[in-house]
Parts: sequence; structure tokens; C-alpha cells
Amino acid sequence: MITVSGLCKRYGRHIVLDGVDLEVPAGSLTAVLGPSGSGKTTLLRILAGFQRPDGGRVQLGGTTVEEAGRVHVPPERRRVGYVPQEGALFPHLSAAGNVAFGLPHRERRGPRPGELLALVGLAGFDDRYPHQLSGGQQQRVALARALAVRPEIVLLDEPFSSLDAALRAEVRQDVARVLARTGTTAVLVTHDQDEALSLADQVAVLRDGRVAQCATPETLYRCPVDPAMAGFVGDANLLDGLVGDGRVATLLGELALVGGPAVLGDGVRAIVLVRPEQVRLDDSPDAPGSPARVEAVEYHGHDAVVTLQATGAPGPRLLARVPGAPAVKPGLVLRASATGPVVAWRHEGAEQPVPVPGTGTAGPAGSDGWPRAGGM
Amino acid sequence: MVTGTTVARRARWLNPTRKSADPRMPLALVVLSVAVVAGLMLPLAFLVLQAAQAGGGQLSQLLLRQLTLTLLLNTVKLVVVVTAACAVIGTAAAWATERTSLPGRRVLATLLVLPVAVPDFVIAWGWVSLFPSLSGLPGAALVLTLGLYPLVYLPVAASFRRADTAQEYVARSLGKGPWSTFMSVTLPQARLAVTGGCLLVALYLLAEYGAFSVLRYQTFTTEIFAEFQQGFDAPAAAALSLVVVALGVVVLVAEVAATRPGRTVLGRPRPQAGVRVGLGRATAPVVAALGALVVLAVGVPAAMIVYWAGSGQRTTLPAAQSLAGAAWHTALYSASAAAVATVAALPVAVLAVRYRRAPVVVMERAALLVEALPGLVVALALVYFAARYAPLAYQSGPLLVMAYAIMFFPLALVAVRASMARVPAELEMVGRSLGRRPLSVVLRVTLPLVMPGLLASFLLVFMTAATELPATLVLVPTGVQTLATQFWAYTGDFSYRAAAPFAAAMLVVAVVPSYLLGRWFDRLPSGAVGR
Repeated sequence: MITVSGLCKRYGRHIVLDGVDLEVPAGSLTAVLGPSGSGKTTLLRILAGFQRPDGGRVQLGGTTVEEAGRVHVPPERRRVGYVPQEGALFPHLSAAGNVAFGLPHRERRGPRPGELLALVGLAGFDDRYPHQLSGGQQQRVALARALAVRPEIVLLDEPFSSLDAALRAEVRQDVARVLARTGTTAVLVTHDQDEALSLADQVAVLRDGRVAQCATPETLYRCPVDPAMAGFVGDANLLDGLVGDGRVATLLGELALVGGPAVLGDGVRAIVLVRPEQVRLDDSPDAPGSPARVEAVEYHGHDAVVTLQATGAPGPRLLARVPGAPAVKPGLVLRASATGPVVAWRHEGAEQPVPVPGTGTAGPAGSDGWPRAGGM
Repeated sequence: MVTGTTVARRARWLNPTRKSADPRMPLALVVLSVAVVAGLMLPLAFLVLQAAQAGGGQLSQLLLRQLTLTLLLNTVKLVVVVTAACAVIGTAAAWATERTSLPGRRVLATLLVLPVAVPDFVIAWGWVSLFPSLSGLPGAALVLTLGLYPLVYLPVAASFRRADTAQEYVARSLGKGPWSTFMSVTLPQARLAVTGGCLLVALYLLAEYGAFSVLRYQTFTTEIFAEFQQGFDAPAAAALSLVVVALGVVVLVAEVAATRPGRTVLGRPRPQAGVRVGLGRATAPVVAALGALVVLAVGVPAAMIVYWAGSGQRTTLPAAQSLAGAAWHTALYSASAAAVATVAALPVAVLAVRYRRAPVVVMERAALLVEALPGLVVALALVYFAARYAPLAYQSGPLLVMAYAIMFFPLALVAVRASMARVPAELEMVGRSLGRRPLSVVLRVTLPLVMPGLLASFLLVFMTAATELPATLVLVPTGVQTLATQFWAYTGDFSYRAAAPFAAAMLVVAVVPSYLLGRWFDRLPSGAVGR
């Protein structure tokens, strides 16, 4: 179990961490998600003891290991395994030598290095040197090396970013399996939402030096804390809506609210999140919803993302994710509707347009200042 | 002088500031580094002290005479002529071997850097023993151009190899001809390398003594040496030394300013072959010209060594005995200096790579300032220092070793730093997180990984010290000869036959490690040297 409270870190005038609070339950895998430069690696290095915070506290398993200006337990006494980017294997040691690095003398020549290599699926690779291993294999050895010393916690710093897409999925699953089997508490840092959502038990989104939201992947995707977060995690249609009778009226129909009618009072103007897969497209003119013209179709194989422009003036741009290959072409006018329930936030300053990054007015967010994961 | 030197020197300005991993500098490391840099500053400090004691009146009396003006003119004339010649020859040769379809270009590329491993005073001796009338500015310009053009060739060839050839294709596709492309695209890409190489040539010229003495060309170094020999005229020598040091600092500052990466963007080296320019009918003349260059620079001294070695009829037994003794002392002093310089460079290199921040950068630059001090000046400063504070140390082995270690510290620092920069800080972090204490991590991770760099540093200093002349002449213990001093003594007596084996031994000492070093630097990934 890791407890981080009020962690602050600055480089000169640049504030990187501005009061980070985080709880990582024992035995779970928590992903810290944030764009590059958001302080993810700094957070990880403070947890490992390589950097010292300017303020705040870190507790590992109930023991305070870091308290700004008071306590600093050196990295070698924290029992924290560290898997850096690209593995960082010791180039002068074999795979077994790397795994044995942290072991006491008598265990180095014993069966444990071999066992750990077998655990990560590399039985028989003992004598290979790092340059004789592929990227994925290096990453597995790095994990085995971290686990060899039976750490209480393993920290992974963008461990899959250097692998190509096909290999990434495979190594990712293997790492998750090994961590689950050993029951290790793990913190994984990544800028890839796909990775965070598919791998972690809990995702903490780092924004402006703070944890903006910490939740399970489902909650994060379904109920982001604010419109910006909705755009951070996955693609989002952000629409204007008016609350009435416990439902919210939007361009795409009257939709039920997540959490029931009591969330927002009647007559409140709201920003409504409709995920692209909640949008339904229909070619019969009698279908519910509003007319929208197809602008582009992005085919992904398992599904397709259709970009539409609502025909009402000024109609917002809409994203719809439809299974399979849609029989629509740009220029076609369809009826777009949505299925609830949806999340909505009170529209702050009702006269102003909703401050959604990049779009200026309510509309699809995502892919603005945030790398959009392929196929999300 | 060595093949790798210039490449290594390039490395230090291409290294951008990196964020440090741990904000706290270990105290021991700081103390050691400060001690090392303070030691390096000793000669300079002593020189200034000496001059200050002489007082302003005496100083101006010593400097404001016709002699100073003559020396200054001689020096500037030579620097301008040789630097310009080296720039043209070095750049043209680099372009021919790197960018054209010249037959035998790989062999030529290896041969073209050889002169840098041959001591300039041996090249000068080779030429003078062939043409005894060779002297003055023409002689000095010829010999030093032959000896120093590789200092331009090496970095320019490296930069042609790294440069993005796609830019040339773009220029050609935009309607520029081959010559116009060369002038407007290729040459600007190599601008940093050409400037850097030229300034390096200038720095070597300021420090040169042996070749000028052989060729009877009067410069500051020859005059300082004469003053020293004539009667230990400390104030006069110190005053002239300060002028040379000032010139050296000007060159060094110019080099730093000119080679700072900025306007030129170096591409990553691309494995793509790139279309080489066909030379057509010019092929034969170009091959002949490059071949002639190598023959003039290396062939002449080598041939003269062989000629003189085989000329005599008398037994060579006494010479063989003194050869062994001189070789032993050369090896002893050079190896000691190499070890001292390498060990001293380690803490400074670690600080410079891992804890790069303003005070550390200042310290590193101060250490590299030593490059502006000619060996002769360092030696004289140590002589005065010993004469005043440590009479027992004067003309002792350790003082000579110390002089070498100070003079060649920048070489050691560059080599150690380049290999230190290749060890990612993450590796040390991982070692710590696996439960190892910092010292254990240093011994089991850092040291094995920087070992090649330490070895390179050792070789670099060793071979440079083994062929060093002026400081050795001043500081060598009485009754002891090294290869360089014995060669010098024999050539001074015109006993060329006896001198030849010593020159041959020096060539072996210089060429073998420089070959090893060249291979080491070739294997360095660009990431290590480049960033």
C-alpha cells in the first residue's frame, strides 16, 4: 500500500508537482496517466527515492519513507523495484546476471534467477546479453530483475513505449499476468490512455501537477470529473443540454442522467458528455434525434468513426462510433440520436460558450493537446 | 596528438545540458573535483604571481621592445598561413573521401589521419635532413601544414558523414548544380567542424616548439626556451609566457563561441548510402594529390628514418642500450601521467555529466582552459614553483609526471566524460532500487561501463606524453633520457644515424595506440559523442 500526500516538486520556477495525493491499495496495479511533461516520471522517482520532494509525504506499507526536509530513506532500503523506460538492462551482464544483481551472494548462483526468467517467459535465456535480446525480451528481463528482490512495490516508467504496437499488447498482458500472480503492488506511468484503461485496476490522471481524478477505468471513462477530463480520456461529444424532468434535452434526444434525476436541478443549463459509441445513426427520416451531414468516415476494421456536422445552425460537430463498415459516404444526411444514461455538468456562466480545449464551443473533444489512442 | 583527440574535443561542446537525476552533489565528489581543478590552475596562478612580482614597470620594459613585435608578427603570419592551408586541404580531403566515389577511399581515409600521430619535430627533422636549407616561414608553414591538416580533416570528415544528404538532393532537385550545391548546402553543414578544426590548429601552433627550433623559425616558444636556457631569466620568460597564454585564451574563447551548436542542425548519422559524386576524369589527379599529401607528411620522415638507420657501418650496440633505457623512462613517465590524469578526470567527469549546473560547468571550463597553456609554459611554471617552494622536486620524475598530467588533463577529461555520458543514470537508479548501496553501484555498474573510456583516456595521454618535447626537455631528471630528449640531443649534434632509431620508436608508440583509439571512437554510437 502506498500513500502519497501533498507531494510538491519544482525545478527552479517550474512547478511540476503541486500537491499530489494518491492511494495505491496493496496488490493492485495503478496507472498514473498524464501527457509528457506532466511530472509522471518525477512522481515515480520520488516514490523510488531518486529525487526528493519540496513538500509532502510518501508512506510505503505504513512506514514514512519520505517527508520533505525530515525523512529520506535511501532507494536501496525501500524495497521498491524500478523498471525504467526501455528496460535499462546492465549491458555488461547477461540476462541471468541482470536478474541476480540485487540478490544476496548465495542466491546468485542458485535457481532463483532461472526461475524468475521462466516466470516472465524467458526460460533458457540465462546467458543472453542485452544486445542479443529483442525490445520485448529486454523489458521482461527488467521486470524479472525488479521482482527478484521480492519488492513490496514495483514502479514501471512507460515500460512499453519503446515497443511496436503488436509486441506492446503481448508484453503488456504478460506483465499484468506476472504482477497479478506475484501479488505485487505496482504503479505504472504512461501517457497512453489505452494502456492505462486496459491494464490498471485504478487510474490516476495527473493534470497541472495534481491528481485530477483517481478512479477505476470504467468510472474514469463513464464519469469523468469535468469536460476537460472527458476529452482527456477517450473521444467525447460535449453538447449543450437543458435539464428537465430528471432528464437532459440535447440535440440527440432526451437522455437519462447517470446518478438519477437529482444530480442537477430542473431548468439548469448543462454540458452533456455523449461518447461516440452512444451515438446511433439512422437513415430513415422518421428516426428520432437530429439531422446531421456525414463529413468523414475513418475505418478501423472492427468499427468505424463517423464525423458528422449537425445541420441546425450553428450545429456542433459530432463523432459516432459504429460497428463494422458503415454504408455511409460523406455528404449523406442521417438522423443522429443517442442512448443514455449520460454525464452532465452544470454550465458555468450560461451565456459563455463551454470552455472545451481546442474547439471553442461544445463539440467533440479529444485529440486536442492529448494523443488520441488508436481505436479508442 | 592523435586521431581521436579532435573527435573527442568535438564531443564536449555538442553535449547539451541535461537534467540531473539527483539534486544533491555528493560532497566527496565536489571536494575531489575542486582539488583537481585547483591543481590544474597552479601553473597559471604561478605565472601570474611571477609576473606580478616583476611589477608593471619591468613587465612593460620586457614586453615593449622590438623583439616582442617580431615574435608576434612571426606567430601571427604563421598561424594565418598554416590555418588557411589546413582549412583548404583538410576540407577538400574530407570531401573527397566521404562524398565522392574515389577508388581506395577507405585506405586513404586511414592514411590521411596518420600525420597527426607523428610528432611535428620528427616531420620537421625528416624534411630538414632531406633539404638542409629548408627554414624560416616557408619551411615552418610547409611542415606544420603537413603535420596539422588532419586536425581539420578529422572533424570535417565526421561532420560530412553525419550530415543529412537529403538536403543535397533537395538542392539538386531545386535546380542547383553540383558545385553550387557544395557551396550552398554541403559546406555550411560542415561550417562548425571547419571552424573548430582551424582553431585547434591555431592552438597547436601557439604551443609548438620542436619543429620551429629545427626549422630555425623564431616564435614565442623558441624565445621563451632560449631565455630559460640562457640564464633562467624568470621575469622575461614569464612575461613572454603570459603573452602566449593570452593568445591561447583568445583562440580558445573563439573556438567555444564558433563551435557552439546552434545555427547548423546536424542530422543523425544515416545508414543510407547516399549517392557519391563521381569524379570522372578528375579521379586520377585527386588520388595522386591525396597520395602525395600522405607521402610528404609521413613518407618523408619515415624514409629518412630508414635511410639514416641503415646508413652507418659501425656497431649500434651503445645506441641500442640507450634506446632501451630511453624507452623505459618514456614509458614510465607517460604511463604514470596517463594514470594520474585519468584518475583525476574521473570525479570532474562524473560531476559534469550527472550534476550539470552552473558551478560545475564553470569548473569544467576552467579545467579545459589548460588547453591554452603551451607545454613549455606549464613546465617553466613548475620549474619556478619547484625552485622556490620545493627545491627537491626540481628535475625529479614526479614533477615531470605532474606537468604531463596537467597539460593533457583536457584529453583525459574529454575521453572519460564521453564514456560517462554513455552510462544512463537509470542504470545507477536501478542498481540502487535493487538494494545496493551507492558505492556498490559504482563498483558493479558504473565502473565496468566506463572502463573503455578510462582505457581510451589512458592511451590518449600516454601516447601524447610519450612524444612530448619541450616540457620534457625542461623537466627531465638529470642523467635521464627519454625517446624524445635523446632524439633531440642526437639531432642537435647532427648525429642523424643515432637519432633514427629513437624516431622510429616514437612512431611506434604514437601510431599503435592512435589506431586503437581511432577504432574505439569509431565504435562510439553517435548518441555518446553527440549528445
